[in-house]
Amino acid sequence: MTTTLAPADAPASPAGTAAPRPRRPRRSRGPRALTPASRVGLGVGVLWFSILALIPLVAVVVETSQGGWDAFARALTTPQTAAAIRLTVLNALGVTVLNAVMGTVIAWVLVRDPFPGRRILEIVIDIPFALPTIVAGLVLLTLYGPTSPVGVNVANTQWSVTLALAFVTLPFVVRTVQPVLAELDRDVEEAAASLGARPFTVLRRIVLPALVPAIAAGASLSFARGISEYGSLVLLSGNLPMRTEVASVRILAYLENGDQTSAAAVATVLLGVSLVALLTLDILQRRVVNRGTH
Amino acid sequence: MARTSPWVRLTLRTVVIVYLVLLVGWPVSLVVRATFTDGLTALRDALTDPTVVFSLKLTVSVALQATLLNTVFGVGISLLLVRTDFRGKRLLSALIDLPLSVSPVVVGLAIVLAYGPRGDWFGPWLTGAGVDVLFAPLGIVLATAFVSLPLVVREVVPVLEEIGTDEVQAARSLGANSLQTFWRITLPSIRWALVYGVVLTLARSLGEFGAVKIVSGNLEGRTQTATLLVEQRYHDFDHATAYAVAFLLAAVSVACITLVTYLRPAHGNAR
Repeated sequence: MTTTLAPADAPASPAGTAAPRPRRPRRSRGPRALTPASRVGLGVGVLWFSILALIPLVAVVVETSQGGWDAFARALTTPQTAAAIRLTVLNALGVTVLNAVMGTVIAWVLVRDPFPGRRILEIVIDIPFALPTIVAGLVLLTLYGPTSPVGVNVANTQWSVTLALAFVTLPFVVRTVQPVLAELDRDVEEAAASLGARPFTVLRRIVLPALVPAIAAGASLSFARGISEYGSLVLLSGNLPMRTEVASVRILAYLENGDQTSAAAVATVLLGVSLVALLTLDILQRRVVNRGTH
Repeated sequence: MARTSPWVRLTLRTVVIVYLVLLVGWPVSLVVRATFTDGLTALRDALTDPTVVFSLKLTVSVALQATLLNTVFGVGISLLLVRTDFRGKRLLSALIDLPLSVSPVVVGLAIVLAYGPRGDWFGPWLTGAGVDVLFAPLGIVLATAFVSLPLVVREVVPVLEEIGTDEVQAARSLGANSLQTFWRITLPSIRWALVYGVVLTLARSLGEFGAVKIVSGNLEGRTQTATLLVEQRYHDFDHATAYAVAFLLAAVSVACITLVTYLRPAHGNAR
């Protein structure tokens, strides 16, 4: 990391005298208007994006609305579906809290505690991103399933959902907090410490407030991923109705029974929640960026 | 320098290592061991099974197509998002991230509704034109491209913002056309971010499961990809093959991640 170079040009700007000048000379002259060629490119790009993603997603919402409010409410209040949605949201929330804590601790260790073997931890953290979800399920089943070498069997219990979600959402908070923590100005912490602040006070008053937007951004990504998880649960949770069945599995079950409207209703709920999480993320990222520039 | 006491440091380090070993390291290593309990037999048996070979070939072919589509789209859209101004740019930029947080099952359902023969949208028309999307490779490619769509854009956009347009404008003022500018100036400066995005897209595409399960129909030897085969073989108690194929998929994805981890600092210093 070359972040230690950053403070070098900071003292160059005289405190409070000159007009607010960008700390670093901006090389970009900013965006320009569309040329005819880029207009065509944009058209093709947006068309492809619409065919691939937007039209199908709109089709889900339209399918839901065609069923009418009654069908929507009926699908969601069916005990089995309601239980699935509750289980999904509660587990996603629980795992998000776990990630907010563990993710921040992991990021802290990776940034502030340079020990040999850190590089390996970096790879281990990214494995859940890259591992196919069905393989993730199989992997967890091997250690925490019926043939567990340590005698811990969570297969077909609600803990299996928590475990699978914790696995697949592991990298989000780590990866959003890590860069912010690396950029954080150590001078402020050292100043606080030299003025007599105890380490815990420094952490609570200086480090954590600066990290909160990044933690929240990672947490919202982790929540969005958590409520939409499917692949890692297939082998692990047993998909028992009312007990370990998550929302995605309900959608699939409705679809297999030919009930597209109910499938679309549950899907619309998941889409809505993802959208809210994404909007939150957008707002939070804006705050993180603002924090970085002033 | 060190303000944190060594005890706190050591405790946190231990907690992190134990957590990561229990959650990721140990389980992943067990799959490797399960694959090689009988030496190379399981892997060799799997690779001589024509259904397995077919599913692996299909997975690779689908992943390459989806990655190619997303790379072309990703580079083009990134250039437009960073270097031009147009109405709705922020909306487009926000929407492009959407596929990352949509459930794979919802992706599958969305494609079924929009392009399936029973949907009200393009299905009947496509069927009339003799194009099969569902239960066909085309649907699998669409589903895979959908779920891995934003990965290239997310890597390339920050780098494009960072490098600015001075060199591009210099090249243009010296008479280079857009294509020359792209190949000689822009592409070399974004190459590591692009490689990074492409590797991530490839890893994600090789491993897609939920969306593919819905659109492909899981027809053995016709539309069954490697991840679907792992599920089916596990349920059919052919655990040896399930572990062998899972090991292959895991090995490729860990190789991708390792490559990317070692590229990351390189792309920071490359310029």
